[in-house]
Amino acid sequence: MISNALRRRSFLGLAGAAAGAALLPGCRKDGSSSSSKTIDWWHIQNTDPMLSVWAGLARDFEAAHPGVKVNITPLENEAFKAKLTTVTQAGNPPGLFHSWGGGVLEQQVAAGLVKEFSADASAFLSNVSQNGVKLYQLGGKQYGTPYELGMVGFWYNKELFAKAGVSATPKTWGELLGVVRQLKSASVVPIALAGGDKWPAHFYWSYLALRQGGVAGMAEAAKTGAFDGPNFVTAGAKLAELVALEPFQPGFLGAKYMANDGQSAIMGNGQAAMELMGQWAPTIEAAYSTDKKGIGDKLGFFPFPALEGGTGSPTEVLGGANGFAVGKNAPPETLEFVKFLLSPDSQRKAARGGVLPVAAGAEDAIDDPNLRLVHAALKSATGFQLYLDQAYPPAIGQQVNDSVAELVARSSTPEAVAQASPRLRRVSSPSVRH
Amino acid sequence: MDATPIPRSVSAPTGPAALSPGSQRRARARRRNTLIPFLLPALLLFGGLVLLPILLGVYTSLFKWNGFGGMPTQFVGLDNFVRLLGDDVFIGDLKRGLVLVVLSVLVQLPVALGLALLLNQPLRFRGIYRLIFFAPYVLSEVITGVLFTMVLSPTSGLVNQIFEVFGVSGQAWLADPSRVLLTMFFVVSWKYFGFHMILYLAGRQDIPPELTEAAMMDGASTWQIFRSITLPLLGPTIRISVFLSTIGAIQLFDMVWVLTGGGPIHASETMAVTLFQYGFKRYEVGYASAISVTMFLISLVFALLYQRFVLRRDTEGAVTRAGDIR
Repeated sequence: MISNALRRRSFLGLAGAAAGAALLPGCRKDGSSSSSKTIDWWHIQNTDPMLSVWAGLARDFEAAHPGVKVNITPLENEAFKAKLTTVTQAGNPPGLFHSWGGGVLEQQVAAGLVKEFSADASAFLSNVSQNGVKLYQLGGKQYGTPYELGMVGFWYNKELFAKAGVSATPKTWGELLGVVRQLKSASVVPIALAGGDKWPAHFYWSYLALRQGGVAGMAEAAKTGAFDGPNFVTAGAKLAELVALEPFQPGFLGAKYMANDGQSAIMGNGQAAMELMGQWAPTIEAAYSTDKKGIGDKLGFFPFPALEGGTGSPTEVLGGANGFAVGKNAPPETLEFVKFLLSPDSQRKAARGGVLPVAAGAEDAIDDPNLRLVHAALKSATGFQLYLDQAYPPAIGQQVNDSVAELVARSSTPEAVAQASPRLRRVSSPSVRH
Repeated sequence: MDATPIPRSVSAPTGPAALSPGSQRRARARRRNTLIPFLLPALLLFGGLVLLPILLGVYTSLFKWNGFGGMPTQFVGLDNFVRLLGDDVFIGDLKRGLVLVVLSVLVQLPVALGLALLLNQPLRFRGIYRLIFFAPYVLSEVITGVLFTMVLSPTSGLVNQIFEVFGVSGQAWLADPSRVLLTMFFVVSWKYFGFHMILYLAGRQDIPPELTEAAMMDGASTWQIFRSITLPLLGPTIRISVFLSTIGAIQLFDMVWVLTGGGPIHASETMAVTLFQYGFKRYEVGYASAISVTMFLISLVFALLYQRFVLRRDTEGAVTRAGDIR
């Protein structure tokens, strides 16, 4: 009977989760965070070095501002999303929380959960990379700020490339397919992919669509909702060419990104030759590798290759920002804290923890030569496209991820993937649009 | 005895007749006054934590709502439920749920029954075996899930290491869409067979040894004893265990979430996982509520039908005729 009670409880927890969340605002209307000077801060840097860097900066801020307390909750990426959903549904977001900008921020703003940066409060943002700042603007208003702007590209194992006799990094998609064949014939796993997490696979499709249609083509699609256009079908077809070579590690469909045998661990242990991942890849590879060090100097970076016949330029990048949004009940000191976190000094400390800083004057602190490469590529980028699963409202972003996962599992066609997104848009277009 | 009228006097037929109508009313009132304070906390909890969420879930399932701030406003009627019927993933959930239920009843429970009967024999170290078989049940589903992601890992997992000895390598247990559901069933069974085994063991020990002895004296074979004595007398236990197993399969979430997240390509997704995906990943809380309501109805209908047609004999007198007895 204990089991029965437990089962029932877990069922009700689920069945009532959505509904139960609606009850919570009533219980927590007291707004404890608005009166006191405690800044509740949820971030997703749950591994060192950034875990300690943030903690150190919070302590520095507390020391400089007596009476203000910073209460940090570090969360794993997916856990953060789930937990934030629950509290935002209850209408009580934390004072300061991680935000990628884009579609989710848009929904949070529409629900009045996020504090707008006033004109004088956002003055300091003039020192911050505008490509990133724009991701947190809605209707000309500032609702958050990046602390990091990064991009996705190929991270590769120089030693394994050399072992397979690959002398130069590929410049075109065709060359990349050639490299994959070469690696395979040398019995090297060409690509590590976390198929179970889906979003790492969506990078391939998004980048191919970007190379095919360019930033302009992507903007056009976002405006008209025409995700079934030829650019996207081509992207799917090109990805299918790669998938047909069977370039991924065994069991990739079930693999997670952050796990002991996940994508990052396989790269970090030198068991696969490359991965398509954002600027955080070296840090996470090290964190999940067996020796906690990763492959060190053997790791190299090259941008996503050009696509033959595509109108997009190879200097256009797919990337995104990591940043902060300020909750509606946050104490006024929170903005001060954000300003402090974005000061060149704090940004330099973050840069030493593997973050690609957004504040001008902090880039000299990037130690890692690969990250300097990424930073340079970002600086000279001719166009910037936010990750598709963040740029669009979650319902569409997740559908993109799901559909690409089917393509990678070879249970779908490029046409079906391209059509899945607009179909969903009609079914469940969110109430808020630009 | 005579001075204090017993309010609940079933066995003494003279009791109520001996009381005047007035004192009978007073007795009833007193009984009510005692009952209410005892029931109130449970009723409040049940209302606030069970009934209200269900009603709110039903309410939000009629809206298109992303769950942010305040109450939903965009009323769509039964659209969410219509969409549900055309949703391949949800239809797939139903099929996968059915597969899990059928496998549980046809494979997991017989194995548990067999083990229970075996462990009822006078064996050496019987207590230790019972402990070992029951141990997985004590682990939480999440811990079991994490444990088996390691055991079943394609590159470094224990299972593949063992298979490698026999020359079979690189098996993808959780990453192969055609195999993942069976793997999942295996893990679920590993966790729960001990629980059902203990149920059966308890049920078996309730069977008076005289019956078996008498049958043996009459020359019944082991199979005949099992078929005609053990199995029928274990009936109530088996029926409850089938019920728990089925409801458990319908509501399976934690383990799936940790092991596979429902993938690859939905091949191991259950209703509860789909519900979570829509509610917490896609922020389609209205649609997610529709899934939760459907899931609730399926469980409820199953529970009611099962009570009515299968458990009727077992609960007779305890539930069904309680009113009459009072």
